[in-house]
Amino acid sequence: MALVRNGELVTSSFVDAGGAEAIPPAGPVIVSLDQWKAHRDELLKRGTPLGIRLHSDQPPELVAADLPHFDVVALEFPKFRDGRAYSYARLLRERYGFKGELRAVGEVLLEQLFFMLRTGFDTFDIQSADPLKDWRTALADFSVWYQPTADGRPTAMQLRRKH
Amino acid sequence: MPQMIIANRLRDGAIVFLAQNEGWEQAIAAGTLIDSEADATRLMAVAKRHEVECQVIDPQLIEVELKDGQPRPTAIREAIRAFGPTVRTDLTEV
Amino acid sequence: MYRYDEFDARFVNERVAQFRRQVKRRLAGELTEDQFRPLRLMNGLYLQLHAYMLRINVPYGTLSSKQMRKFAYLARNYDKNFGHFTTRQNLQFNWIKLEQVPDILQHLADVEVTGIQSSGNCVRNITADQYAGRAKDELEDPRVYCELLRQYSFLHPEFSYLPRKFKIAVTGSPNDRAAVAVHDIGLRMHKNEQGRVGFEVLVGGGLGRTPYIGQTIRKWLAPEHLLSYVESILRIYNMQGRRDNIHKARIKIIVNQMGIDKYRELVDEDWEFTKNGVLKVPDDEVARINTYFAPPQYESLADQTEMLAKIRSGDRAFDRWVRGNVIEHKVPGYAIVNISLKAPGKVPGDITADKMDAVADLADRHSMGEIRVTHRQNLVLVDVKQSELYELWHKLVALELATPNLGLLTDIICCPGLDFCALANARSIPIAQDISHAFTDLDELQKIGQFTINISGCMNACGHHHVGHIGILGVDKRGEEFFQLTLGGSSDQNASLGDRLGPGLPQADVPAAIRKIVDTYLVIRQPNERFLDTYRRVGIEPFKTAVYGAESQAA
Repeated sequence: MALVRNGELVTSSFVDAGGAEAIPPAGPVIVSLDQWKAHRDELLKRGTPLGIRLHSDQPPELVAADLPHFDVVALEFPKFRDGRAYSYARLLRERYGFKGELRAVGEVLLEQLFFMLRTGFDTFDIQSADPLKDWRTALADFSVWYQPTADGRPTAMQLRRKH
Repeated sequence: MPQMIIANRLRDGAIVFLAQNEGWEQAIAAGTLIDSEADATRLMAVAKRHEVECQVIDPQLIEVELKDGQPRPTAIREAIRAFGPTVRTDLTEV
Repeated sequence: MYRYDEFDARFVNERVAQFRRQVKRRLAGELTEDQFRPLRLMNGLYLQLHAYMLRINVPYGTLSSKQMRKFAYLARNYDKNFGHFTTRQNLQFNWIKLEQVPDILQHLADVEVTGIQSSGNCVRNITADQYAGRAKDELEDPRVYCELLRQYSFLHPEFSYLPRKFKIAVTGSPNDRAAVAVHDIGLRMHKNEQGRVGFEVLVGGGLGRTPYIGQTIRKWLAPEHLLSYVESILRIYNMQGRRDNIHKARIKIIVNQMGIDKYRELVDEDWEFTKNGVLKVPDDEVARINTYFAPPQYESLADQTEMLAKIRSGDRAFDRWVRGNVIEHKVPGYAIVNISLKAPGKVPGDITADKMDAVADLADRHSMGEIRVTHRQNLVLVDVKQSELYELWHKLVALELATPNLGLLTDIICCPGLDFCALANARSIPIAQDISHAFTDLDELQKIGQFTINISGCMNACGHHHVGHIGILGVDKRGEEFFQLTLGGSSDQNASLGDRLGPGLPQADVPAAIRKIVDTYLVIRQPNERFLDTYRRVGIEPFKTAVYGAESQAA
């Protein structure tokens, strides 16, 4: 699967078993919360990079203590209008200090990418014939925003105070 | 009771009726009267195709009656859509 | 009033360009209607019975004459020469074409107006007391906080896909003219024990299918914490609000389900992390915005009440209008003038393009170029010299904008209803018109006294029927329109939800029912007792009997 990350198309080395595939015997893997609970010890012994994939009704506090084990957290948008993962992303970045890859999966579309970017996602499984084009379009939409998030971009209020 | 197919046109929101040539007309008098279930099914499929093709939104089958040969929706909501708000008859186009 | 700086201006222009792109994608089939719908709603664009409807924000009800003239221009060039003011201080146009909307939004952006988030599952227009900054009973002008909330909420990346819409209202006065108790968040300015002005925060109020009065989540919030605290309320709602059923998705549902104490606990837990962080509102930003709300340069004038009394004693009609529609101003020599959009037989809240221009001219000539919009669908000129009242009144009379019925029986709140709205079950406007025709005697109206009638065409309650002294709800019974009455609702600081009077009435019977209720009230009321107070004293039975007859008592 082609993901957009740092403005480029990349392929992930992770197998996303959280998307209902079986956990492969070796290699980097992303698991669901159920799979993590059921196979935690074996997965930790595995010695490969690990990731977790959360449904939209699974807030990050459920895995907060285990975050140091994960290189990737994938948050689902089952429908583009299910906005829970925006809060989850901010909590992961701003509350729990997660510094790994924060991946948006599910119904990830051009017109919501800008919000995903600002709430802390850095990798996107964009449902599009031309994901990179959509990414560039979304990025260019706004140069001014009002709310501070962890992305560090200055808000209008902050820019005003500099002037 | 005969039926017609009503929709909003996508680009301007105008109320339109599926007409003879499978086009969409604003005047209800130009709408195709549908008398059989087979026709209703066939024409709704046409309307749905037009929806996918971005001509119209949300086509619906509605009941009409003929008064002095002129079609009129039986439901008040659809009559308001066909003829305009009852409180602003000065604005009725058709 | 607030003026955009370079950042605000750039933001709205970028938003217009984004929507232009989205419309293009929709028309080209790159976006389905399902994908496009939230995008157009978040710019204020609905698809209604006849055409698209565009809802335009009037932030906290404050409008400039320039903006009103732009509304008139848009009404003439893109609609059918009129607009409609709503119960959230917004303006609606009913015959908009999708392909023209980007241009319309650009016109609006040019005068610092938007439709941003006037719909959608996001934070909507922040509404406020229409007399903000001018009322004698106000603690402080709350609009600086409304403007802070407006900017904070616009395209908030975390809260643009909430479970459902989110409405915030603010009052700076203990006399609540903004209906804060029936909003998702209500903010009531008041002083703490140290005498410092802050906000009581109410949460979980709302009308619609399951109405609730808001509950106090925090007795006093320091103003610098406004944004961080609101963020915590929104975050808990975003994560835990129901998304399985559109009718159970508002914050009022989960607040009442888990209880206010639990909700407060969750909010406070989240707030602990953020209260002293980057969202703390700096004093200099408050000061910066407050300069825009600074009162105008008033002249030093003597109070003109005596002079006016002389004119009033000689002109009965003028006297009635002053008594009814003119409110006392903070500053001597000035007055607050209410412009009624409720002339008999007219559509409540509607105004023609020509009258929009006329009101703009009157605002420039008599009221420092500013106009306010009320949630009862009227307009206000807040800085009129008392010495100019008589002249202004004559002009308003000529425009049919001087009906002296403010707060009286025929000052009806009325949603667009089935004549316009795709959600409606019944037509609400004809009911309002019938009632206004049944009560044209102005002396009688003033004798009846303070009375709110609120009419909704469906359970979504955009006409606020739950909180009318009389509420009227249109329902569909086997394809016919019936109207259920409720009594005893109120949206002020002693808010209450109305009680159902009885089975729905056919349209033709409604004015007579109102008449019976009024007549009953006039017989049993005590001196100076408003209808609402009489109702609260005697209960529903006398009115039920009056409308439905003595047999109804057996039921």
